[in-house]
Amino acid sequence: MSHVARVPVAEGLFTGPDERPQLIGSRHRETGVVTFPADASTGEEILLSRTGTLFTWTTQEFVPPAPPYTGDTDPATFTPYAVGYVELLEGILVEGRLTESDPARLAIGQEMELVLVPFRTEAATDTEPAREVITFAFAPVAASDGVRS
Amino acid sequence: MSGVSIIGVGLHPFGRFPGKQAMDMGAEAIRLALQDAGIAWDQVQRAYAGSLEVSNPDAVVGKLGLTGIPVFGVFNGCATANTAVSLAAEAIEHGEADIALAVGFDKHPRGAFAGDPAVLGLPAWYGETGLFLTTHFFGMKINRYLAEHGISQETLAKVAAKNFRNGALNEKAWRRDAMSEEEILAAPYLNYPLTRFMYCAPNEGAAAVVLCRRDLAATYSDSPVHLAAAVLRTRRSGAFEVSSPSLPADRTPSPTVYASQAAFEKAGLGPDDVHVAQLQDTDAGSEIIHLAENGFCADGDQEKLIAEGHTEIDGKLPVNTDGGLMANGEPIGASGLRQIHEIVLQLRGRAGARQIPGPHSVGYTHLYGSPGTGAVTILTT
Repeated sequence: MSHVARVPVAEGLFTGPDERPQLIGSRHRETGVVTFPADASTGEEILLSRTGTLFTWTTQEFVPPAPPYTGDTDPATFTPYAVGYVELLEGILVEGRLTESDPARLAIGQEMELVLVPFRTEAATDTEPAREVITFAFAPVAASDGVRS
Repeated sequence: MSGVSIIGVGLHPFGRFPGKQAMDMGAEAIRLALQDAGIAWDQVQRAYAGSLEVSNPDAVVGKLGLTGIPVFGVFNGCATANTAVSLAAEAIEHGEADIALAVGFDKHPRGAFAGDPAVLGLPAWYGETGLFLTTHFFGMKINRYLAEHGISQETLAKVAAKNFRNGALNEKAWRRDAMSEEEILAAPYLNYPLTRFMYCAPNEGAAAVVLCRRDLAATYSDSPVHLAAAVLRTRRSGAFEVSSPSLPADRTPSPTVYASQAAFEKAGLGPDDVHVAQLQDTDAGSEIIHLAENGFCADGDQEKLIAEGHTEIDGKLPVNTDGGLMANGEPIGASGLRQIHEIVLQLRGRAGARQIPGPHSVGYTHLYGSPGTGAVTILTT
């Protein structure tokens, strides 16, 4: 297989891709409130903590409506996923996909770590190489290994 | 808001009506409300029309008669109906009209609400990566609420079973089959801890309410219902709200709490005075949370209260006596007007098989909508 370009789902969301990615947020110039994604019109960019605690979570068991979803929407192959909010030291809850979707293995308050995960692949065209689109997710700390290949 | 009464209500059943336009349903609901009020369309001096799917809901006048009155299209997500009622009531209080109408109608495609995150000012990646689903919010909010306040999944099933049981008594409900708690719990999860039978679904339908100056209400109706309060509040920083890529960790109460407190204050009443309530039950968890957010119990008391039948038709505070959103579905523009329709029937004592047996002089409705709107009305005889 030829070269596969690894590209983020959007620019400016996270650093890397590398082993220790960080989300890029911003701190409001007047209020000090931290938001994600960064809002350059109201604050300075800051890198957010890589770990935090699971504030709450749920699972996505049915195929999400597409558009806007651009992941797998084939009911035969769709894999349920989980989403949650992780509370970070900066006083912010960040919503993201979780790498674990088994309710028996998720608990409010558990430690989570930021990872980058493959989200979808795009086949090569005549002019462009194949692309692997990556996004951020939170992994239970024991299961985290940075960028997962 | 002591100066406004409701003299007529009309409901086009919620459900699926292939080939029938939302606006035709809206016109039918208006005719029913006018008939109930004993007035003709040309007596309506002002109207407010809400819809998600119909971009020009004001065009409904084309079905009723072009009388030239001001008609305003309104939209506030799932709280749209309160906007229509609040604005109609304010117009009457401000002397702009003696009789005003609030109507809502919608016709949603099947399945979870989908759309471009840009409609809420959110980035495209939020939708692309599968985070832009309102149902996630309901799953996440109740998952934490159950854990924080020691409420069981069985209580979620009890709420759903109660609403389907009430729907079975309502000839206009969409889902009219009672369902056992076991069946509800055993269904597949849509979003943990909510199973397939713990959610309402978007559908089609319409409802309308005729409002009138209170001092004129007896001219038209032998059973006017007074609008003691109609209040809408948006979210404050720190509230845990739907469709938020991030939130401040500092906790602030939901907009429902502020809307409810303001409504009780305006009405000069408290939660203990309410005889029957309609609380936004987008899912079974929402009804549980909204009992506390609207001041009807403390966080965590729901486990015991619901087990004891507190919210049943013959309980101390009957909730969603017509089956709520769960048994009726949710045409967004109309949903809150359906709630008012039910409360008016209950306060008149004309709710048939589902009439609450006890006193019925104070009723309450509550909506919660994206992106964080709480809206309440309080109605009295």
